[in-house]
Amino acid sequence: MKRIITMTVLNRPGVLNRITNLFTKRNYNIESISVGLTEQEGVSRITCVVHVENDGMVEQITKQLNKQIDVLKVADISDQAIVARELLLLKVPVLPHNRPEIYSIIEPFRASVIDVSKDSIIIQLTGETEKIEAFIDLIKPYGIREMARTGTTAFPRGNQRATQQKSLTFV
Amino acid sequence: MEAALKETKAKTSVLSGADLLLKSLEKENVEVIFGYPGGAVLPIYDKLYDSKILHVLPRHEQGGIHAAEGYARISGKPGVVIATSGPGATNIITGLADAMMDSLPLVVFTGQVATGVIGTDAFQEADILGITTPITKYNYQVRDTKDIPRVIKEAFYIATSGRPGPVVIDFPKDLAAAISEEPADQAIHLPGYQPTTEPNFLQVRKLAEAVSRAKRPVILAGAGVLHARAAGFLKEYAEQQSLPVVHTLLGLGGFPAGHELFLGMAGMHGCYTANMALYECDLLINIGARFDDRLTGNLKHFAPHAAVAHIDIDPAEIGKNVPTQIPVVGDAGQALRQLISLGGALPKHDEWLEKLSAWKQDFPYHYESGSALKPQKVMELLFEKTSGDAIVVTDVGQHQMWAAQYYPLNNPDRWVTSGGLGTMGFGLPASIGAQLADPASRVIAVLGDGGFQMSTQELAVIAEFQLPVKIAIFNNKALGMVRQWQEIFYDARYSHSRNPVQPSFVKLAEAYGIKGFEIRTEAEAHSILDEVLNDNEPVLLDFRVDGEENVYPMIAPGKGIHEMVGVKK
Ligand SMILES: Cc1ncc(C[n+]2csc(CCOP(=O)(O)OP(=O)(O)O)c2C)c(N)n1
Repeated sequence: MKRIITMTVLNRPGVLNRITNLFTKRNYNIESISVGLTEQEGVSRITCVVHVENDGMVEQITKQLNKQIDVLKVADISDQAIVARELLLLKVPVLPHNRPEIYSIIEPFRASVIDVSKDSIIIQLTGETEKIEAFIDLIKPYGIREMARTGTTAFPRGNQRATQQKSLTFV
Repeated sequence: MEAALKETKAKTSVLSGADLLLKSLEKENVEVIFGYPGGAVLPIYDKLYDSKILHVLPRHEQGGIHAAEGYARISGKPGVVIATSGPGATNIITGLADAMMDSLPLVVFTGQVATGVIGTDAFQEADILGITTPITKYNYQVRDTKDIPRVIKEAFYIATSGRPGPVVIDFPKDLAAAISEEPADQAIHLPGYQPTTEPNFLQVRKLAEAVSRAKRPVILAGAGVLHARAAGFLKEYAEQQSLPVVHTLLGLGGFPAGHELFLGMAGMHGCYTANMALYECDLLINIGARFDDRLTGNLKHFAPHAAVAHIDIDPAEIGKNVPTQIPVVGDAGQALRQLISLGGALPKHDEWLEKLSAWKQDFPYHYESGSALKPQKVMELLFEKTSGDAIVVTDVGQHQMWAAQYYPLNNPDRWVTSGGLGTMGFGLPASIGAQLADPASRVIAVLGDGGFQMSTQELAVIAEFQLPVKIAIFNNKALGMVRQWQEIFYDARYSHSRNPVQPSFVKLAEAYGIKGFEIRTEAEAHSILDEVLNDNEPVLLDFRVDGEENVYPMIAPGKGIHEMVGVKK
């Protein structure tokens, strides 16, 4: 099963190395990892999406991460109400005959075209992984020249509903 | 006059990075450094020239770090190591991994090339931060001289607190040489590191209740008891609740072996009673052990009828290998104190204790005597002739297991062995550190002929400091433990495990100015041990033991803890 683990870490040299090393050493399967600064100076947020076989494994991962000296806080937020987002960049070849078709896919996803050249465009899309993947599937038949994904970054929502209903808003 | 004063004042407050380093070490009350010089640490060595701290020069950096491990294990203080950049630093990797596995506190300084050339593949540059990340509790690279005092303070704190472990400080050469004003005192800043030492009282009470209900309880005590200096509390608690105690290999000495509640060592070469107690118990109380696979055997058959309680300072150990119903995160000593204070109803498990004591009677360790000198007999003689109060340091292999079996320890911190990593070459240098940590005690280095040859060069240190270590080589002319596995699991196809060529160990000792004896019979063993064991000088004893002897009992890989072979019939 897929779990989203977020952590805040002190921005010291080698911290990312220590964390990725831990995943390798313990043979954990990471789907994505994203890192960036936070509102606090010297503190970064890391979001990992991991595949685990059972709850015991995710407990081990969070404990091992927590044990790292530079890790301030770790949480498996998969069962909380969260907002999770990923950024996708796609370079797609466009020919005059399929341009309208491609644009008709872009629009309902609220993706945007951020670069246009003679024979290709670059599309930018943000959203949850499911949305990103649905979009990629639809574009694939037109050919994908290059693709880059940032991996998921996520937050618990301000209001946690009592029931752990997963929100799937396509915003 | 005024001008002169000003000048001295200025002089005292301007220090090099190396000065700052040594000042910090003095502040931490470091008594001994195990170090090896080289280009990148020359500024540090120049300062060491005038330092009062004892410097021990191993003859290989790996020996230095193993000596520091032995020192840490016996003294309870962190072992301090210095190695130069590149090859000096890569030579200590095995020791770091070993210390990480066995939770030994070390503070290790590695030289690094000057900051300006880091990343250019400069002469003797190695990415030590990258290499050591998975095998250190933490590591630093000093980037600014003003950070040196704080970094060192933090390193000592991290190495010794919580679950102890090795910390590396990578020290670029230019920073060691750089002169600066003495930096203002910086406090430790480790907001992400707050080890829990005080256990949750509710959890401890749950454990106490489980103990009061249990019919077949057993304590499994690991090295965590020793790191917490909690042997006294363990004894008090076990006696209060009449709880039988089993040890891991690394925990030996945490509970007196002569005590009627002691069942022995458990695990692959543990004794029948200890392993069967783990198999049949209904409550397993793990205190500071990590359920290593060499202890548990096949997890499917490990403590199958038991509720498991686990006291550990490292929460990540709890539930890692064995599902645990009563987790207690905290220091073993504090948890035991709380348990003792809870007292509780008198235990009702006499039947269980009687069964265990009958097993103890019926199934002790055993071996058959023969015409050849038996290694088990040698171990028994060493025990007898040192009244069982020596510090026993071992290497890795059959002799290590025989030492664990036939030198029953009654006191904590008398046992130094490489458990988690199983590092051959560990024993001889570790005995140096142990003897330096406790000069008044008799130290026996129990080694195999294979492992001895992995760090023979450290005889020079023993000779140089005239350390009265008794080096006992269990010479079976083989990589005995490998030979045993080949005999049992590979149809006695002895692939590269028997040593056809061997130097004369006695002559080798003599070459270093150390007395040496070859011992072929029990009678010789008696007389020579009587002669040398009380000498205040080093000696090397080459025991020519039976090369066909195997370690039993044994749990074959993949088998359950109750499936021992070689138990006395
Ligand atoms: C550095 C290292 N290399 C290899 C091994 C694998 N190994 C474990 S025990 C052993 C044999 C040890 O032989 P010896 O030192 O003669 O001791 P004995 O078993 O004969 O008592 C070997 C090779 C190891 N533990 N460590």
